[in-house]
Amino acid sequence: MKLTNYDFFGDFRMAGYCGTILRVNLSTSEIKKEELDPDLAKKFVGGRGLGTYFIAKEVDPKADALSEANKLIFATGPLTGSKAPTGGRYMVVTKSPLSGTIASSNSGGFFGAELKKAGYDLVIFEGKSAKPCYLSIKDDAVELCDATEYWGMKVSEATDMLTEASGDSKSRVSIIGPAGEKLSLIASIMNEKYRAAGRSGVGAVMGSKNLKAVVVRGTGSVESADEEKTKAVIKDVLAKIKENAVTSTGLPTYGTAILVNVINETGIYPTRNFQECYTTKADQVSGETLAEKYLVKNTACYGCPIACGRHCRVDGVEGEGPEYETLWAYSTDCGVYDLPAVIKANNLCNDYGLDTISAGATIACAMELVEKGLIKAVELGGTPLEFGSSEAIVEWTRKMGEGEGLGAKMAEGSYRFAESYGAAELSMSVKKLELPAYDPRGVQGYGLNCATTNRGGCHVRGYLIAPEILGLPEGIDRSSTEGKSVWVKGFQDLTAVIDSLGMCLFTSFAIGASEYTDLFNSIVGESWTSDQLMQAGERIWNIERQFNLDAGIEPCEDKLPKRILEEAIPEGPSKGQKSKLGELLGQYYADRGWTEDGIPTPEKLAELELA
Amino acid sequence: MLLEVRLFATFRQGRFKMKEIQLPEGSLLGELLVNLDISKKDVGILLVNGRHSNEDAILNAGDIVAIFPAVGGG
Repeated sequence: MKLTNYDFFGDFRMAGYCGTILRVNLSTSEIKKEELDPDLAKKFVGGRGLGTYFIAKEVDPKADALSEANKLIFATGPLTGSKAPTGGRYMVVTKSPLSGTIASSNSGGFFGAELKKAGYDLVIFEGKSAKPCYLSIKDDAVELCDATEYWGMKVSEATDMLTEASGDSKSRVSIIGPAGEKLSLIASIMNEKYRAAGRSGVGAVMGSKNLKAVVVRGTGSVESADEEKTKAVIKDVLAKIKENAVTSTGLPTYGTAILVNVINETGIYPTRNFQECYTTKADQVSGETLAEKYLVKNTACYGCPIACGRHCRVDGVEGEGPEYETLWAYSTDCGVYDLPAVIKANNLCNDYGLDTISAGATIACAMELVEKGLIKAVELGGTPLEFGSSEAIVEWTRKMGEGEGLGAKMAEGSYRFAESYGAAELSMSVKKLELPAYDPRGVQGYGLNCATTNRGGCHVRGYLIAPEILGLPEGIDRSSTEGKSVWVKGFQDLTAVIDSLGMCLFTSFAIGASEYTDLFNSIVGESWTSDQLMQAGERIWNIERQFNLDAGIEPCEDKLPKRILEEAIPEGPSKGQKSKLGELLGQYYADRGWTEDGIPTPEKLAELELA
Repeated sequence: MLLEVRLFATFRQGRFKMKEIQLPEGSLLGELLVNLDISKKDVGILLVNGRHSNEDAILNAGDIVAIFPAVGGG
C-alpha cells in the first residue's frame, strides 16, 4: 500500500511528511489521528523541532517530568524513511527527569523509517497507563496492548518476543529495559536492540507511563515531491559522502572508536573522572584494537552508505558498539584498560536500557567518591568500586540496571549521587547531564557548546571538536576565543536542522547547509534558501531555550563543573590549558541576539516568529 | 636527531604503531611524511607534541609526532 499525504487528509500539501500525528492517551486508552498543520511543519521542520514545539505547547515547563503531566513524543523528520542518505533518524522528545530541561534524544537504526512508512510523523503519548502496555502500529491499525508479560524483561529478549507477537518479522521495536521501568534517571530507549535514544533519562519518562514499547510495521513509502530532482540531489550527496575520507573510509573501518587515540594524543582525553587528560594506555582500548581483536563486521542504519556501526564478539557474546563515548566512559574515565570488560559493560547498558555515557561517567564519579573516602566500604556490598577495576565497571552497571543496593542511587545519575555525599562538584556534568569524552579546557568552542547546549552537557548538539581537533570542515585553533562563539552558534543551529530533518549528523562531515536545503526542497517540494533552513534551526534553539527558562533553568546554569572552570589541565600534551568560558559566554549571548543575561529578546523572538 | 613517530588507523597498515626515527637536524614535517611514504593528501591530523601542525613545521630532537588519516566520530 502506497501512502500519500492525501490518504488521511486531502488538504495536506507537503510531500516527505505523512501529514498525520498519532495521539495516544494512556490514561483513557483513547487513540486519535490528527492532521499535521503544514505551517507548523514549515516553522519547526520535524523531529527535534516539531517535537519540542508540542512539548513546549502542551507540557507545563514546571511539571514533574515523571508525572502524568509530562508527554513523550516519538518524532520523525520529513526525510526520515525517504531516499535521503542516512534518512533513518528519529527523536524522542520530552521534559527530562534528569536535568529538568527540554530533552530530545536521537536514535538511528530502522524504527523511525518504519514509523513513517506506517503513516505517522509523530506519536504523542499522554497520561499514564494503569497497567504495563505497549502500542502496536500496523499501518493504520493502531492499538494498545497488555505488556504485563514483558515488563521486567531485558531489551534483547523483549524485542524478540514482541516482534514475534506482532506476527511480522519485519516489525520494528522501540523499547525500555528494566532501567526505564525502575525510573532510572539515566535510562535510555532502545530500538533494534542496540540503537539508543540514550541521553536525558527519556527511558524513565516512558517507564513512568507504564509504556514498555512501541511496535511498528509500515508498508507504505515516503514519496518525494519531485522524484527526478531528488534523484539528482541524492546522486550528488552520495558522491560527496563517498569522496570524503571520514565517511567513506574512517568511519566504516574503525567506527567512532577511532577517536580514542586522536583525543588522547591531543591531551584532552578525560581520565579518572576528569582528574587527568592523557593516558599512555589509550591504545589498549582504542578503535584500532577494537577492530583488530573483537570486530565481526560493521553495520549500517536505514539508508546509510557510511555504515559506522560496530558488531563485536567477546567471549562468544555478540552485540553492537561500543561507540567512542562508551569506550571512553567505561575505560579511561574509570581508569580501566580492559577492552573485553568495557564491551561487556556496553552490552549490559544496551540490555538494561541505560545511557552508556551517563552510566560510565556516574561509575567514574563514584570511583572518585570512594578514592576520597566519601563512600564507605560497607555501602559497597562487597563489590569493588575503585578506579581501574574491571569488575566494578561491569558489576555496577548491572546493579544500576537492576536498581540493586547502591546501584539504585547511582541510577539517578552522577549529580544526585555525588550531591548525596555533599560533593556535587565531583559530578562532571552540566545541568546534571554528564559531560562526554573531551576535556573542555583544551577546546574552547566545544567548552562553550557544553555550557550552553539546551539539554545540558552534550557534545553532539554543537560538535566543535570537528573544526577544533579534526580539522573539519576546516581547522581552527582550539585555544583561541576569536570568533569562536559564531562558530558555536552556527554548529548548534545546523545540528538543530539535521536533527529535525531526520538525517544522521555524520553526513555533516561531507555535506553542508546547501546540500541539506537541496534535499529538503526536492523531497518536500519547497524552495527554501539555506538561510531559511538555518533560521529554522535558530528558531528551534530558541524555543528550547525558552522552555528551559520557563522550567526554572536559569542562565547561571550555562557553566562548566568547578574542576573544569578553576583548574588547569594537570599534565600531558595540553598541560596548563584552562577554560576560557568567561571570555566567551557574553559574546555568545550577543551573537544569539539575547540579553547580556542570556534571555532571548522580544526582537529576536519576533524575528523568529516566536513572539 | 631522534624523534618518536606514532601512526594511527590505516597508516599503521604496512608500517608500525610507534617507532623512533633518526632524521637530519632541521628536517621539516613534510620530509618525515615522504620518509614514511605517506601522501600529504591522505593526512587528516598532524600533531607535534599534541599541537596541530603542518608539513612546513621544523622538527626538533625529542619531538613526538602523531599522524592520523581523516577521522571523524562523535
